[in-house]
Amino acid sequence: MDYSRLLSRRAVEMRPSGIRKFFDIAAEMDDCISLGVGEPDFKTPWAIREAGITSLERGRTRYTSNIGLKELRSEVCRYLQRRMDLSYQPDQVMITVGGSEAIDLCIRALVDPGDEVILPEPCYVSYQPITTLTGGVPVPVPLKAENGFRLTAAELKAAITPKTKLLVLPFPCNPTGAVMRREHLEEIAAVLRGTDITVLSDEIYAELTYGYDRHVSIAGLDGMAERTVVINGFSKAYAMTGWRLGFACGPKALIDTMVKIHQSCIMCAPTTSQYAAVTALRDCDEQIEEMRTQYDMRRRYLVKCLNEMGLTCFEPEGAFYVFPCIRSTGMTSDEFAQNLLYEKRVAVVPGTAFGDCGEGFVRISYAYSVEHLQEAMKRIRAFLKEQGLLHE
Amino acid sequence: MQEGWKEKMELILKILEQNARLSVEDLAAMLDKEPAEVAALLDEAARKGYIRGYRTLVDWEAFGADRVRAIIELQVKPKKSRGFDEIADIIADFDEVESLNLISGGYDLQLVMTGRSFQEIALFVAKRLSPLDDVLSTATHFVLHTYKKDGARYVTEEPDERECN
Repeated sequence: MDYSRLLSRRAVEMRPSGIRKFFDIAAEMDDCISLGVGEPDFKTPWAIREAGITSLERGRTRYTSNIGLKELRSEVCRYLQRRMDLSYQPDQVMITVGGSEAIDLCIRALVDPGDEVILPEPCYVSYQPITTLTGGVPVPVPLKAENGFRLTAAELKAAITPKTKLLVLPFPCNPTGAVMRREHLEEIAAVLRGTDITVLSDEIYAELTYGYDRHVSIAGLDGMAERTVVINGFSKAYAMTGWRLGFACGPKALIDTMVKIHQSCIMCAPTTSQYAAVTALRDCDEQIEEMRTQYDMRRRYLVKCLNEMGLTCFEPEGAFYVFPCIRSTGMTSDEFAQNLLYEKRVAVVPGTAFGDCGEGFVRISYAYSVEHLQEAMKRIRAFLKEQGLLHE
Repeated sequence: MQEGWKEKMELILKILEQNARLSVEDLAAMLDKEPAEVAALLDEAARKGYIRGYRTLVDWEAFGADRVRAIIELQVKPKKSRGFDEIADIIADFDEVESLNLISGGYDLQLVMTGRSFQEIALFVAKRLSPLDDVLSTATHFVLHTYKKDGARYVTEEPDERECN
């Protein structure tokens, strides 16, 4: 059978993730150092793993309710109140298979063919293809380095049309590390109040911010809870990527519709993971703080090293990525990533994987040990010297 | 004493305990401090004996060297005036002794030493330790394999199977 004729046109036209471009090559190389992963290097804290094991020992191996364990949803509400100052009832919370599923459900629940979805770029790679699969129209808004890669009210206003259905607000941001503080969010909220635009606030990195203030959710601002879906999860903060567990909170009518889609395609999030997550939210504030401290030290180390090498970095305030500008090398993002890989066996992600406006930048993850980062910095320094770009 | 001194010092010691090869500048960046301040803290740590040295974790077994390690349990006679310190000082002065701990439980001193052969260690015990007046008994346990030492796993690292996403 000729599947090139049979496959869905929309599926065929999906672009593969640009993040992986060089990593399949890197995986085949000996002695290659990767700076590409988007998940913590820490193990899930033991108390959480033990809670998962205990749930298995007790034979809790069936489906949970579609929307997720009541106990976990209540715990999510307490957590959001405690750490993000957000007020939700358990029936406004659904448990999903990672933040990724919540993104998918939210877009599918809202977007009809022709509806526009505003995507501030550079951003994580999944919003665009999911929007396209629903027949929606992605409207990229290129963010600027001089604004600290934050979305401004003027940029948002310019992108809004009568067809705008959804704004994706992915902060703290993968890949840039940018954070929107309260004053920046107030500007955005002022534009959105009184419109029918919903916000998909992807806050998966909310626990990983490094300024003096904690993360602020746009849902906490006046009049915004009714037009916002907050998406978060356990992967990044609790180092639980493999457990595949996230959640979405928002207006009940919207969450109910998301649950309806979830019923058909997923049934329920993994039961073992849900029991483990109850312990995560209840008992592990200290552990996530410890991991945050480690990331913060690595972040400052990388920013210093890269700036010294002339790969200027604006100060990333969240997530676990730095996004240095590589324009001074005269190379494109792709050329830089490719040359660095072939000459020094260091794999980074070209900024263009996250949108065209990522040109001139690369993403470097610091979900690695300091030793690993030291070796990588040594190699990048040697690379720049050999290119005649660094004189020491 | 400066405010926050203890927290800063503890953090530096924790970082260096994991990785002694960071420069003062790198440490300063990681801690968001000035290099001069970090240098002063390191001097102080050395001066006050918080830092006893910077060594390398060598896996001699992986290298293939002929080395034998042993853990020796000693029962000794404490002295009225100096307790265990006198005999411990004498034993610690032997160059062959890698580490020596006073411990609770069934015996008094735990000694770790390395030699080129089982025989060399046996001779050390027989000729140097046992004859000491205050040593009452010894029990020698040879190390057959090291799985982890000083917080480091002594195995080939598992490959990093995390995907890029």
